[in-house]
Formats: sequence, C-alpha cells, structure tokens
Amino acid sequence: MKSLFQERGFQGRSAGLSLSALAMTVALTLTFSVMASAAPCGVTRQTSHLSATHSTGQFGGHALADTTGLKLPAHFSAIVVADLKAKARHLVVTNKGLIYVKLAKPKAGKGILVLAAQPDGSARVVGGFGNYGGTGIYLKNGYLYASSNNAVYRYQLDAAGKVLQPDQPQTIVTGLVMGRQHETKSIVLDNDGHIYVNIGSPLNSCQTEDRKPGSMGIPGCPLLDSAGGIWQFKADQLNQSYGQGVRYATGLRNVVGLDWNQTNNTLFVMQHGRDQLHDLFPQYYDEKTSSLIPAECMYMLHKGDNAGFPYIYYDQFKKAQMLAPEYGGDGKKEVTGKYIDPIVAFPGHMAPNGLLFYKGTQFPQKYRNGAFIAFHGSWNRTPEKQGGYLVAFVPFKNGKPDGPWEVFADNFAGTDDILSPRQAKYRPCGLAEGPDGSLYVTDDVKGRIYKISYHN
Amino acid sequence: MKKIGKIVTPVILLAFVLTTAVGSNRKADKGKMPLKVPGNWVNEVWIPNSDSVNAVLRGKVVYKAYCLSCHQFDGGGVENLNPPLIKTSFVLGDKARFIQIILKGFDKRVEIDGEDYSNNMPPLNFLTDQQIADVLTYVRNDFGNKATMVKAAEVKAVRAKLAQ
Repeated sequence: MKSLFQERGFQGRSAGLSLSALAMTVALTLTFSVMASAAPCGVTRQTSHLSATHSTGQFGGHALADTTGLKLPAHFSAIVVADLKAKARHLVVTNKGLIYVKLAKPKAGKGILVLAAQPDGSARVVGGFGNYGGTGIYLKNGYLYASSNNAVYRYQLDAAGKVLQPDQPQTIVTGLVMGRQHETKSIVLDNDGHIYVNIGSPLNSCQTEDRKPGSMGIPGCPLLDSAGGIWQFKADQLNQSYGQGVRYATGLRNVVGLDWNQTNNTLFVMQHGRDQLHDLFPQYYDEKTSSLIPAECMYMLHKGDNAGFPYIYYDQFKKAQMLAPEYGGDGKKEVTGKYIDPIVAFPGHMAPNGLLFYKGTQFPQKYRNGAFIAFHGSWNRTPEKQGGYLVAFVPFKNGKPDGPWEVFADNFAGTDDILSPRQAKYRPCGLAEGPDGSLYVTDDVKGRIYKISYHN
Repeated sequence: MKKIGKIVTPVILLAFVLTTAVGSNRKADKGKMPLKVPGNWVNEVWIPNSDSVNAVLRGKVVYKAYCLSCHQFDGGGVENLNPPLIKTSFVLGDKARFIQIILKGFDKRVEIDGEDYSNNMPPLNFLTDQQIADVLTYVRNDFGNKATMVKAAEVKAVRAKLAQ
C-alpha cells in the first residue's frame, strides 16, 4: 500500500531543494514536482452536522454558540471556555465551578491558573500561583494537589474552593526520578488517604542505548526500581520520597491519564505504549505494523501488579502479550502467565493523556460511570497518517467495560490528514467534570479549554 | 520552427527529467539505493551530474530510514520531544557540531525558539562517513534550509577526533 507519505509529504518536500548551481531545467522539474504533488495540509474541514445555536439553558445568561468544530454525538455540543495561550495539561473543577489548570510550563511565573465561570459559560483567568511546570492536579478532601515533574505539593482550600496560601504549598512528595522523556507526574487520590503518582520510564524500552536501532534491553531493567510504575504515598504526610512510598504497580512505561474508579474502589491507568518497533527492529516489523502496534492499554491496577514493561508489549490484533524485541522477541513470541492483561486495548501510539470516570447525571445513562479518555494524538506512525487526536469513551458496568470503546469527541486537530503532530490545531490532554456534569477537556498546544454538554 | 522548438524543448525536458529524476525518486522512497540524476545532453542542454544533487537525493534515503519518524516528514520535529530541523543553528551552523550530534547522539534538553525538546537521540555512528555527509547535506538543503554540503572527509575528521 502506498503511504500518504509517499503520495505527498516526502516528494512534495523534496522540491524544497535550493541548490543554486542547478541548471534551469532541473529547477523547472522540481517546480513541476511541487505542482504535481503538493496537497493541502492543515486545512480545516468544515463540520456541518452540528448546530451552532444550541441553547444551553442551564448556565444563565446568553450561552455561547458551539464554534469549536468538534464532532460530537447527537445532542452534545461544546463551547470554548478559555484560550490560555499556555500548555494546559490536567485540570480540576471545584463544586463551585472554579477551574484550576496545571501548565506544563509556567506562564508569567504561574504554573497553575485559576479560572472563574462567566455567565455565558466561558471562564476568565482570575489568578495563578505555583512557579513550577507539571501535569498532575487533583482535588480531594479540601486540598488541591499538584505536581511538578519531580515532586507533589498540596494547598488547602477554603469553603469556596479557593486556595488559602498559594505561595506556601506543603511538599508531600519530593526527589522523584525525572527523565528527559516521560517526566510528568500524574496524580490521583483514593478514599483511604493515599496519593498515587506515576513515575514514567526515562527510556523508550530500556535499551542499552535508548532508541538506537538493534540495541538490546538492559538485563533486569534496573530503572524499574525507581520508575516505570505507579508509586503510592500518604496523602497528608510531608516530604516523602521513595523510602516512604510503596511501588504500587510496576511494568508501566508511562502513565499520563489515570483515575480512581469509585464504583469498584480501584485504580485505573492508561499506559503510553512503546515507540518505534520498525525503526529499532526493522527485521521483525514493517512500517505499517509498527504504526498500529503496540496497543495503548487501559489497566485496572491492584497492589503488586506488573504490566510487563519493558519485557513485553500488548498486540491488540493477536490479543496477546508479545516478548519485546529488546528482550529476544521477534514479533511472534508470546508471553503468558507473568503479567496482567489490559482491560481495554486501543490502537497504537494515540497517546492517552487523560482518563476520567464520569460520575455526573447530565449525560445520558450510557455514560454514567463510564470512562472518557483524552488521546493527545500520535507522532510515531510515520510514514502512515497520524491519529488519535480525540476523546474516546468506554461504557462501564460494575467497574468493568460493558461494550467496545467509541470515539466521543473528534476533530480537535481540525483535519483528518495529520502527517506530523505539528499540523494538529489542538491536542486533547486533560479531562475534568464540572459540578453540572459537563465534561471539560484541555488542549496543550494553545491552551484551549473546552466544555462539552448534553441537551435534550 | 524556432517558436515551436522553444515550446517543445521544455516539454521534452520535463518528460525526460520526470522519467529519470522523479522516477528514481519513487524508487528511493521504497528504500532502494542509490538515487542518480545522470549527467546528459538533452536537446543541447546539459543536465549536470551534480555532486550536491546526488548527495541530497542519497541523503533523503538515509533520512527516511533513520531520522524521519522523530524529526518528521517536514523536518518540523515533535513538540516537547524531538527538535525541529528547520533553520536552526544546530542545522545551519557549525558543521562539526552537527556531525558530532549524529556520531554521539544527543541527550541534553535543548531550547529552540522558546520551546524545550528533550527526547533522547541515539548515536548513529554505525552509518558510514558518506551516509552521514549525505544526510546532513540533505537536511541542510530541505525544509527551507540552504547551506553548504557536508563532505565525507569532514565526517571522517570529526569521527577521528572523537575516537582520540
């Protein structure tokens, strides 16, 4: 199958050669090749099935029209709550409607922005604090927890949900491993006084030389001692580090989206699967296969679980755990009986950055207690088209999936033709539920905050 | 007759170059080596057997095999992870530094135009001097870049220095 890359991107780009010594004829040819192969990139496709005039009714005042261009199921619409012009990662919304957004990089020295709701449903930045970048943010028991890339802090809230001492956070966890990749620390709390922190693997697949073609895995992958898993700490004890924490689950390459399922009182996480099977081991994987696997996996975690990274990856077509090529695999050898299986296996490389179990009642019955997953979108499917710039949904019943996953909100990228992630206009990252049961979604390209609501 | 010749000649030229240069381009995209733009007289116009053209076309093949998935088809890289190769000082500046990045890899956080990039780049020291020279020449002359060629001898010199 001829890839899109061959059809347009690569050949089109070759016309950019600018060698002044070329004979005019060659220049002519190159120009012609541009004309022949150029194709529109980054063009926003019109989405017309959504009415832009939904009246929300429940926000008071004049509700904003849906100008987001998102594709949503019938009776849903979305508004732009804010455009923060910052890398908005995870967010929380208090029961009074105050929004706290964690930024990957502080904006004007503020790593957490505070937004207050406006009558039209949008929100306005009313403050900020915390001079550190990061991803994780969570609300529990009158505290706002937030993470940098190597520590976790908390702030006490008043009855209105406002932070009491924004300049004096309590340090809950400190000194965590921060690699050059997968450095973010997503957080969630349970109902028994614990906080769970992802510590991502600083390497793609624990190769002796990271991402070098053919480089084999480090025996025993020692990085799992301090990374590649979820650590549990006490939610109210100060200055903890590895010594005071528990490695709750291991063999997880990198988790960005995670949530506590209140239905069965269990931790659920979304793993970012490993990259570059073809690039690193072309003898076992062609480009097409490598663009589709391994699966992006949702795991239900119990204390002591091992999901198998870096020794295995999950192939959603074979429905099997496969021995990683770094550890002797060849794309065919399966591993059984050693590691937990995923609860849901999504297509590869879509980069799940947000997970939220929906507890509200605004959305129809089907959505109650189900899982929303914000997929940031792929970058390493080249030369195939990139994908996954969407929010997916998995129905749940009694804490277990109750049907196949489906696309819930799509077209964040503004086009289906994404060859490189830079072409995506917006990339979903964090998820939160508002007090009225609306779903909030962040984008970390431009800092857009969306609110998705249901209307009968 | 002269007028017709003026029109016909470019058409023939286009047809010729399309069947050679562009034709072999397609082959390259399927990973076959090497690309050639042959030197030839066509209707009294010489199409040069240019070193630089060959280097760029060969370099493109190397780029696709070893660079593309991270740095992307347009050289734009991936936000937060893989640095762009579009008109940055790393690409257009000191050639020895650029060569060294290929030979030694790159494991430092780097800020380009206010954005941080932090993925690990492996050493690609298994590539030959010629392959490295070609791919750097290619990168320095695509994606809107325009810079001098990198020669195999320059790669050889940097490699020897690193081995000391």
